Amino acid sequence: MQRVHLQGIAKSFGATKVLEQIDLTIEPGEFLVLLGPSGCGKSTLLNIVAGLEQPTGGRIHFGDRDVTDLEPDQRDIAMVFQSYALYPTMSVRRNMGFALKMQGLSTAEIAAKVADVAKLLQIEHLLDRKPAQLSGGQQQRVAIGRALVREPQVFLLDEPLSNLDAKLRADMRVELKRLHERGRRTTLYVTHDQVEAMTFASRIVVMDKGRVQQCDRPEVVYAKPANRFVAGFVGAPTMNFLEGELALLSDGPALRLKENLLPLPGLWASRGLQVGQKVVLGLRPEHIGLAAADDVGTCPGHVVMTEPTGPDLYVRIRLAGQEVTSRMSPGQAPSPGQKVALELDGKAASLFDVADGQRLN
Amino acid sequence: MRRLPLYLMLSIAALMVLFPLLVMLSTSLKPLDEINHGSLFALPQDPTLAAWTKAWGGACISGTCRGLSVWFANSFAIVLPALFCSLALGALTGYALSLRTARWVDMLFAALLIGLFIPPQVTLYPMIVLVREMGLFGTLGGLVFAHTVWGLAFVTLLFRNFFLSVPRDLLKAARIDGAGFLATFWHVMLPLSLPVCAVALVLQFTYIWNDFILGLTFAGPGQQPVTVALNVLAGSQFGQQEYNVNMAATMIAALPTILVYLLSGRLFVRGIAAGAVKG
Repeated sequence: MQRVHLQGIAKSFGATKVLEQIDLTIEPGEFLVLLGPSGCGKSTLLNIVAGLEQPTGGRIHFGDRDVTDLEPDQRDIAMVFQSYALYPTMSVRRNMGFALKMQGLSTAEIAAKVADVAKLLQIEHLLDRKPAQLSGGQQQRVAIGRALVREPQVFLLDEPLSNLDAKLRADMRVELKRLHERGRRTTLYVTHDQVEAMTFASRIVVMDKGRVQQCDRPEVVYAKPANRFVAGFVGAPTMNFLEGELALLSDGPALRLKENLLPLPGLWASRGLQVGQKVVLGLRPEHIGLAAADDVGTCPGHVVMTEPTGPDLYVRIRLAGQEVTSRMSPGQAPSPGQKVALELDGKAASLFDVADGQRLN
Repeated sequence: MRRLPLYLMLSIAALMVLFPLLVMLSTSLKPLDEINHGSLFALPQDPTLAAWTKAWGGACISGTCRGLSVWFANSFAIVLPALFCSLALGALTGYALSLRTARWVDMLFAALLIGLFIPPQVTLYPMIVLVREMGLFGTLGGLVFAHTVWGLAFVTLLFRNFFLSVPRDLLKAARIDGAGFLATFWHVMLPLSLPVCAVALVLQFTYIWNDFILGLTFAGPGQQPVTVALNVLAGSQFGQQEYNVNMAATMIAALPTILVYLLSGRLFVRGIAAGAVKG
């Protein structure tokens, strides 16, 4: 197990800056997830850690070792690709043993290690097949097996589940998590799927436009997004944003939206927020709910449509001239056209700066 | 029945292509008398393989009367090493160019491609000088060298375009697994390119086997390929022309290329389909 330390990593192709000043530390045994939309530079960063691409600035350390100028095979890493990248002409057995063969291990040693990993992943019966004779899920297992056989210090995964169908993806998610808990290898995992990020990560790094937007535990990233980008990217359906002015009612803080006043009980305004200041209020769908009969600070809404998803019901509601999404349980279901009293959870609300989108509270 | 016109067209086309071959075959099976007194298109009255055996083992060419068999062996001695060299060198060059490690690599490839569009007759003289300076003129090595050089542009094009279609992730995976330039080529890329190898093999075999001008120019005495011998045999100005022997000899000379094509047929078609010869 190794600590991976990235220091001021930058990468540009010609005039295009792909990565700017990335500073990250992956603790030994940690499962760090790089999350971001396509084109945010996360795969480039992974390739740089792997040694497949050279950074234009910055240094990479594995433990005390500076690996910036080392070839991938000298870094003691293994990588799983989205496309699996199994060698089509080799059997599963040879695919898994290829790296060991290149290291010059004896045939007996290779056979023993491949057999061990094949047993762990339950792919022993596939060992003599070619990749083309395997299903997508089986290919994925083999690709993971090929990486595990090397017993790498650092495990790199580039969207490994993106090519699987939904059911299989859920199964492999559980399996990958179990594998990591068993081996506790330092892992760097790239994905654009926030469910995967939430499932695995000890910490999530949210990236956009070549920069780290936030790096924290999944629950913190979800509950206290560092800026509007993170708030909008993490969570589905996405967070509701309402732009208005902070106000103070007799019974607590509120947001003024034109002529409407939305009470936000429990909003703790810190760090010099002032009444009258323009802010963007961020509320997750589960923080907008139907008010109970005895609630005082409520606001009127108008149900536009409902979206049942099984366990949850998403309700589009017109609130103070804007549409917001609320998450309710199917039993609560108001019908479209109905007028409802809403309660906003001020304790869970996020406030962002109007200009730069940074978190204010 | 709606397909009848289609089959009719195809049959006519096939007949047009095969007709000369049929005439050759029928003529080669006739005795000389029958040729001299009958129609060229008439089928043999009294088929005999005498012309074939003479063409193979008895016809006199350049003073030796041992037929084509000697020259046939010469051709193989030229084709096999030339084939191996041009394929090995072309595949490796194509692989190196397909990596496109720098911008000028594509320009290098473009320069190589120019070689495709220059007929060998144009560069024949400089090539002779080059081979002479290398001290290889009139040797088997010189001829093999000439064939390798002339085939290089084409074979490289085939392999480079195929390797370019191989997913980049495969190369990355090989690099992470610790395979260097040559190991990746040998273990990953070359096995993938088997259908392309078949295409290159068939086309290069055909080209080198059928070559006349390089064989005539570069081969030393007694090393000339079967095409040169065939020209001597059929082009002889003296004595009576033995058409049946000439026809048989021509067919013998053409046989290997047909066999190579038929034997590698399925792989060849797969290679063409795999985009081996797409621009």
